[in-house]
Amino acid sequence: MFTVDLLLSALVAGVLLGGFYAAVSLGLTVAFGQLNIVNIAHPAFVILGSYVAYMCNSRWGLDPILVGLAFTPVFFLIGVGAYRIYYESFERRDDEALRGLAFFFGVMFIIEVGLIMVYGVDFRTVQAPYIGQNFKIGAVGVPTRMLVPFCVSLVMFACVYLYMSRTFNGRAIMAVAQDRLALQLMAADPVRIKQLGFGIGIGTTALAGALLIIIIPIEPSIGRLYIGQVFAIAVLAGLGSIPGTLVAALVLGIAESLVATFFGPSWAPAVAFGILLLALAFRPQGLFGR
Amino acid sequence: MRIDAFHVTALAIALLGAAVTIFDLIPVNKFYFFAGYVVLQYVVLATAWNIMGGYMGYVNFGTAGFFAVGAYTSVVLYNLMKAPLILMIPVSGAVCALLGLGMGYLTLRLRGVFFAIATLAMAIVLETLIVNWDYVGGATGAYILRSREIAPFGDYVEFLFFVMLVLAIFAVTVARWIERSKMGRGFAAIRDDEVAAECTGVPTLRLKLVATTVSGFLMGVAGAPFVLYVGFVEPSSAFNLVYAVNSIAMPMIGGATTWLGPLIGALLLGTVQQVATVTISSELNLLIVGGLLVFFVIAAPEGIVGLVRKWRGRGR
Repeated sequence: MFTVDLLLSALVAGVLLGGFYAAVSLGLTVAFGQLNIVNIAHPAFVILGSYVAYMCNSRWGLDPILVGLAFTPVFFLIGVGAYRIYYESFERRDDEALRGLAFFFGVMFIIEVGLIMVYGVDFRTVQAPYIGQNFKIGAVGVPTRMLVPFCVSLVMFACVYLYMSRTFNGRAIMAVAQDRLALQLMAADPVRIKQLGFGIGIGTTALAGALLIIIIPIEPSIGRLYIGQVFAIAVLAGLGSIPGTLVAALVLGIAESLVATFFGPSWAPAVAFGILLLALAFRPQGLFGR
Repeated sequence: MRIDAFHVTALAIALLGAAVTIFDLIPVNKFYFFAGYVVLQYVVLATAWNIMGGYMGYVNFGTAGFFAVGAYTSVVLYNLMKAPLILMIPVSGAVCALLGLGMGYLTLRLRGVFFAIATLAMAIVLETLIVNWDYVGGATGAYILRSREIAPFGDYVEFLFFVMLVLAIFAVTVARWIERSKMGRGFAAIRDDEVAAECTGVPTLRLKLVATTVSGFLMGVAGAPFVLYVGFVEPSSAFNLVYAVNSIAMPMIGGATTWLGPLIGALLLGTVQQVATVTISSELNLLIVGGLLVFFVIAAPEGIVGLVRKWRGRGR
């Protein structure tokens, strides 16, 4: 059944969902788009962030977003460590294509199975005052459990964007995959810069994970569903473009919301992968690529 | 094709399998057939993956998609006309070969990681289609009633074990033949440098299409008997990521550049998993697979076969 109200609600829900997707895929845009590291385990790190938020929330009643912020430095260090292993084992041997991919695939699997062993396959949620409230603008309902993550996500986005475009290190991260030699001539060590960039990429997953568990209940294996979303957004954005990521995330969020509203939620998972396949087939350089 | 010791050994194993399953020459606990079937299924999947991944360097994350399409083709055939297994296997293989051919055309535009991600995307799109297709049971799954016994094998599981043994021998023989033919050298050229291969006259597109089609066919035949083996199939079990992880981990651990690698990897890892599932827990055995995969790609990039070669070379 088609009504204007339904369409408006779907659009609003889509924009809110898209804002959240932007937070989830931001780290991948940095790692995959700018550093050329195919971190297929990215969604698994997001789920790990969700479980950290869940653990602190259920044990001490802490706010999930604060937990996400507090754990961002921890995840940053995990990312730095992961990049060291990746660099020493694959990149330095010039062997990243096949084995690097298999490496991250294995990491993803270890995180997922590890979480299943500790927490089981039950769905988990968090408690916070802003979850479960609703307010209306006209006939369109806006759930705060979507609005709060949307706002947090935009703030995080703005911070990373400013860092990347205004600081020396940020610009160096954007440059490192394009021209290592030029970067070395600017007195920056490419390996340290990539380490920093990958750390930032993983660091964002702590907060993104906290946002995820606010929006929906999670269990360990839903991470792999998000592989489609994050890679679709990263490719559609034009690899490495941070503003492009935001636009692509909104496009995907709206498309998914419309499909879920008018065709039924069971078709929604195919939207991301469908967009990804179409983008790869017809416009691999993305919306904002050169 | 020359007949050599390999073919004699393969034939001997097939005959031994027939002897054990048909004539019950050696009394064997039924559980071993049940577990052996899974191990042999992984031999087929790992070998099929390796034709693309190991020989040609195109990583396929969508093994589970092919496997499930094979399994669901069997469901459709069963629903349509109660088809026997002997018909299910070639039809499932053909459907997956077509799917593989389509995937082969993707390689025209997608290389490296983008291809790998596209295969993963394809698997999830296929899963969504199956979930929404009520004829094959949708999200709730589909039952298939199999007879308990079948002549001349007696127990049905023994029959399935024998079928999978034949399929495994077939898959390994095909992989070995490809590896040693002119085609295999073409694959290796694509793996090392696709542009250079194209420039020196290797018909890269035709070879890539052959590889994806053969690989898809073998994954499809591995999936065809699955519904008869479990009796009940649902999307989340047929599209299980475990198939994708195992079919990548096994060749990587065994050694991805030769037909022996996936065979060793699948026999070793498959057996370890079966033992671990029974004695410890099924989650832990998956953790072992992930851990071994990460360990081997870091510490022994050439796998077990590479380690043995290195060790032999040092002895000389």
